[in-house]
Amino acid sequence: MNRFDYVRPATIAEAVKAGSLPGSAYLAGGTNLVDLMKIGAMRPERLVDVSHLPGLGAIEWLEGGAVRIGALVRNADLAHDAAFARSFPAVAEALLSGASPQLRNAATVGGNLLQRTRCAYFQDVAASCGKRTPGAACEAIGGDTRLAAVLGWSERCIATNPSDFCVPLAALDAVVEIHGPAGARSVAFDAFHVLPGDDPARETVLSAGELVTSIVLPAEAAGFSGHSRYLKVRDRTSYAFALVSAAVGLRFEHGRIAEARIALGGVAAKPWRARAAEEILAGAHLSDALCGVAAEAALAEATPSGDNAFKIGLAQRIIVRALAMAAAGTPQHLPALPASPFASATGGLVYV
Amino acid sequence: MTHSITLTINGARHDLTLDDPRVTLLDLLRERLDLTGSKKGCDRGQCGACTILLDGRRQNACLALAVSHDGADILTIEGVAQGDVLHPVQAAFIAHDGFQCGFCTPGQIMSAIGLIGEGQAGTDPERIREGMSGNLCRCGAYAGITAAVLDASVQLEQADRRDAA
Amino acid sequence: MSDTIFPAGPVHLRQGSSIGQPLTRRDGVLKVTGQADFAADHHPDGMLYAVIAHSRIARGRVVSLDLDAARAHPGVVAVMTPKNRPALALDPDAKFHPFMFRMDLLQNDRVRYPHQAIAVVIAETFEAATEGAALLAPHYESEPARVGLDGAEVFVPATVGVGNPSRTEIGDVIAGLAQAAHRIEAVYETDTQYHNPMEPHAIVAHWDGDKLHIDTPSQGMAMAQGRIGGLFGISPENIHIRSPFLGGGFGSKGMFSGPMVLGILAARLVGRPVKLVLKREQMYGPVGHRAPSRQTIRMGADREGRLTAIEVHARTASSTFDDFFEAPADVAHTLYACPAIATSHEAVRLDTGTPLFMRAPGEAPGSIALESAIDEMALACGIDPLAFRLINYAEFEPISGRPFSSKALRECYDQGAARFGWADRPMAARQMRDADGMLVGWGMGTATFPALMFAAKARAVLRRDGHGVMETGAHDMGQGAWTAFAQIAADSLGLDLGAIEFKAGSSDLPDAGIAGGSAHTATVGAAIHDAGAGVIAKLADLAMADPRSLLHGAGNVGVIARNGRLHRRDDESRSESYGEILARAGLDAIDATGSGTMDPAAQQHYAMHAHGAVFAEVKVDPMLGQIRVTRLVGAFAAGRIINPHLVRSQYYGGMIWGASFTLHEHAIIDRRSGRPLNADLGEYHIPVNADIPSIEAILVDEHDPFVNALGIKGVGEIAITGTAGAIANAVWHATGIRVRQFPIALERMLG
Repeated sequence: MNRFDYVRPATIAEAVKAGSLPGSAYLAGGTNLVDLMKIGAMRPERLVDVSHLPGLGAIEWLEGGAVRIGALVRNADLAHDAAFARSFPAVAEALLSGASPQLRNAATVGGNLLQRTRCAYFQDVAASCGKRTPGAACEAIGGDTRLAAVLGWSERCIATNPSDFCVPLAALDAVVEIHGPAGARSVAFDAFHVLPGDDPARETVLSAGELVTSIVLPAEAAGFSGHSRYLKVRDRTSYAFALVSAAVGLRFEHGRIAEARIALGGVAAKPWRARAAEEILAGAHLSDALCGVAAEAALAEATPSGDNAFKIGLAQRIIVRALAMAAAGTPQHLPALPASPFASATGGLVYV
Repeated sequence: MTHSITLTINGARHDLTLDDPRVTLLDLLRERLDLTGSKKGCDRGQCGACTILLDGRRQNACLALAVSHDGADILTIEGVAQGDVLHPVQAAFIAHDGFQCGFCTPGQIMSAIGLIGEGQAGTDPERIREGMSGNLCRCGAYAGITAAVLDASVQLEQADRRDAA
Repeated sequence: MSDTIFPAGPVHLRQGSSIGQPLTRRDGVLKVTGQADFAADHHPDGMLYAVIAHSRIARGRVVSLDLDAARAHPGVVAVMTPKNRPALALDPDAKFHPFMFRMDLLQNDRVRYPHQAIAVVIAETFEAATEGAALLAPHYESEPARVGLDGAEVFVPATVGVGNPSRTEIGDVIAGLAQAAHRIEAVYETDTQYHNPMEPHAIVAHWDGDKLHIDTPSQGMAMAQGRIGGLFGISPENIHIRSPFLGGGFGSKGMFSGPMVLGILAARLVGRPVKLVLKREQMYGPVGHRAPSRQTIRMGADREGRLTAIEVHARTASSTFDDFFEAPADVAHTLYACPAIATSHEAVRLDTGTPLFMRAPGEAPGSIALESAIDEMALACGIDPLAFRLINYAEFEPISGRPFSSKALRECYDQGAARFGWADRPMAARQMRDADGMLVGWGMGTATFPALMFAAKARAVLRRDGHGVMETGAHDMGQGAWTAFAQIAADSLGLDLGAIEFKAGSSDLPDAGIAGGSAHTATVGAAIHDAGAGVIAKLADLAMADPRSLLHGAGNVGVIARNGRLHRRDDESRSESYGEILARAGLDAIDATGSGTMDPAAQQHYAMHAHGAVFAEVKVDPMLGQIRVTRLVGAFAAGRIINPHLVRSQYYGGMIWGASFTLHEHAIIDRRSGRPLNADLGEYHIPVNADIPSIEAILVDEHDPFVNALGIKGVGEIAITGTAGAIANAVWHATGIRVRQFPIALERMLG
């Protein structure tokens, strides 16, 4: 880990001032940043420790049922907040399917939005990577691409965003609240992360010194609470990043789907909102056939970035399954294995 | 530049001067305070061997910069037993053979204490397995670990009930 | 509580009740309180931290290092490179015998695998040493990497495994295949695996003149002393190794490794004690691994399902600069009765570190292929996989024709199948679902591992206060040596466990050989048993020769040693305590040494193996392909069980390694650069707790009068074998999809 200056601002304004200096990085839970510093993938000259900033650690209910989540709220605390989990069960399920209990106790929700890709070529400082070195070629292309993107990638970068939490946030039209040198602003969640294009080093719309201070879930997002799931396929039962995941929320009126929300994880450099699929479902009766059509629409623009064509079909299947699970209704209690296909496994052999 | 921090570790107050902000809580405990019970298995938050209770919550000490935790209350494996009397989780790990080589064990035990404190798993073995999945064990002692956490959870629950009565 | 009686010489018996007891670990309190001292926990005064800078290319040479940048970092004391590395008495590339492995000790600027040490930075703090290593920012001249089993020229190694011929054949395989009513041919591939004990390799080295003190986890302290002594030109007796606890070894700590030597060199360079601990990513290179394999199996069976031929041809890999060739094909030598068996091996040389023994080396990859093939063969014959295995049950070791010293495999099949409920298994695949619609599959595999012994010594002391001391430089890497050997020691001296002081884990104790090959308990146990016999014989001689003793003249009938007393065998009411006998003789203590080795005559006459049967249930999501092992039942017969509590844990561990082998762990290597892409514990997946919801091990009784004096076979490795294949077969049974590349990737389930 490189040497760095450590500063601990007392206010958001102080933080933003220090964070605006070249070479600064904000430190909160540290679960991603400290790790990346240890392996040399990030070498900031100055750590601006925002973890003690006052006023950013609360879950605040706003008028009308919206909720503002302070950026320093820990992942575990948000997931285990009963009122929050009741209103936004897919968010809680996504949070609890990510990382480990220890990491969820340390990691903040603001930091979760900014976690870097797990692409091995990003983490391997010997590899060429346009995220670490602006302008550098993407060494992942032509390498091991099993975990790489199938949507929204470019010749400059095929990395995926690893977050679980961000997937339902994208589906539920969350809003990111930001403080920066130019004052405060809000950004729609779907616009917060950006695709790699020609500049994969730029991962969000944040400009220098801007600090995520809170995340707002709008009141209407709670309207999906009765039919909301997060489903995550991974290589081991727990403590693994998603190969592909999906957050689904459905709102029914008179037996029809009034509104559907679908987002995918593990497929792109950002949580991937599947609006085309949502539109197909809106106003319709749920059926297997329709779910299939919607799933196909969600992946219509997908292309393998290597040996990962399977992720396209898998993503479609996950959407179909997650739709069925959401339609069946949000479970009373979060399953023992959150977001796992084995979550509801009840045992009992049945011979076909 | 040095940084002065105060930590309470296993009940004892430590006023510390750090010459380097890069020192993690794990390296502080192990290399500077001679509390070597917490183990370094990966140094990247991927194995759980360094799990401690930080302000009552289980966390990976390897990813926590000490300088950022000024004022924290820390419990490590060295502070769990009361003299010669083992904590019920420690005793249960022995009874159920919840370890072999013992290297991941301090982290497993701190994680188990944290899990029980969180109150999310209760006595559901599947929830315990999920809740203990942040602690890798290469020897493969998972069955014993789960049995130990289950057993200790039941004991502690009964003790709570007795205390309440 | 039942007494256990062992023959000890012609006349004396020893009785004790410790062996066989399910005692909890004697080191348990130390381990649950954080007091067990692992190597990296040591911190001698004046200690510095050494951190290795490792190569990030697979092949080439280091052109430059930014020494100035590293040295300029505050706290950096020295940078060790090929230019200033202290001299060694022996070329690190010298090789005098097959198991003397070449090391990378900064002897030149060459890079021959990723993560090879290219420099060592020594500093006042861990942080400074770590960053100093990063600041070296090496420049390389890089050559194309040779990657994968098709990445280099194929050749036939002279020997494979531990000196086995690379080719073995009995009978006529071609004829056997030609006459078969049913035939299968299939290619199975296993991937590169890394041992990844939870404790990274670590050393705290401290020179005191020409004497060297080291704390390091070692599976073989005496061998390490010899290797270090050779390299540094000092007498092995001048090297004191402490290794009371290993945080897992699995073979990677069997041979003293290059990075540990670098720690010693660093201490010599700076003249102060040095601690060097490998980063997790540095565990993927210089400390061994399991090479990938590709096994082509042809098998034939007659109409009744009797095997007519088994042919296994395996390709494996070693490094470009040293020889270690796993022998997966050789598993076919011992398991199934067949008149014609042919096994052969070939290899390639890759730009990797040298592979090494890794838990069930050869047996694990060999077993998953063979057990899969047996499953495929049974299906081809239309016979239940268990019934098929019973049809082909080997009453004699197929390759040698020798009888087995013992073989309770039939009982393993019976008890395991009954416990699992195997009888209800439908023959065809994709027949079972659970209430949630998950596909359910049941598979089985046979487990086998040779019952080996190496050589060990022990020293027993009996004190006038009635207490015994047993000393041996044994190694506890988690298998329970501290407990099991104390149990054997107690019975060997006819004492209660509480009256025994057991010393181990230090190189100044009698040489206990190596903890490997699942042979440590048998080998060291035999040495302890022998040492105890020696002491009791001396004690009996003292008593029987003493006219004042109640045992005087008992020489013809002998004595029984029990509970700290010697009894006449013909009149057990006549007895004396050990203390009385010693006191009358005016002795404070008596001692004797013992040794444990294989009985060559028995070995010549008998095939010696542990056996087992493993039954697995998996669930597979029919749409999403995710797989979970929902139930494992293993039944194992491995001779005398010293401590069922510990042995069960060993079986569980092996079974979980089997699950890991089939479904999870493998190194992902960049096919262009040869660099491992998942050299960590986040993406190199080993099972987590949630992956193992149900596991059972049945300890099947087995009495083996030939394998060694105590009748012990090993238990440390066998359970990987059988389990890995059982899970692979269960995945087929659940889905109808036969995957022959391991670990099974979930996308293969997507159809």
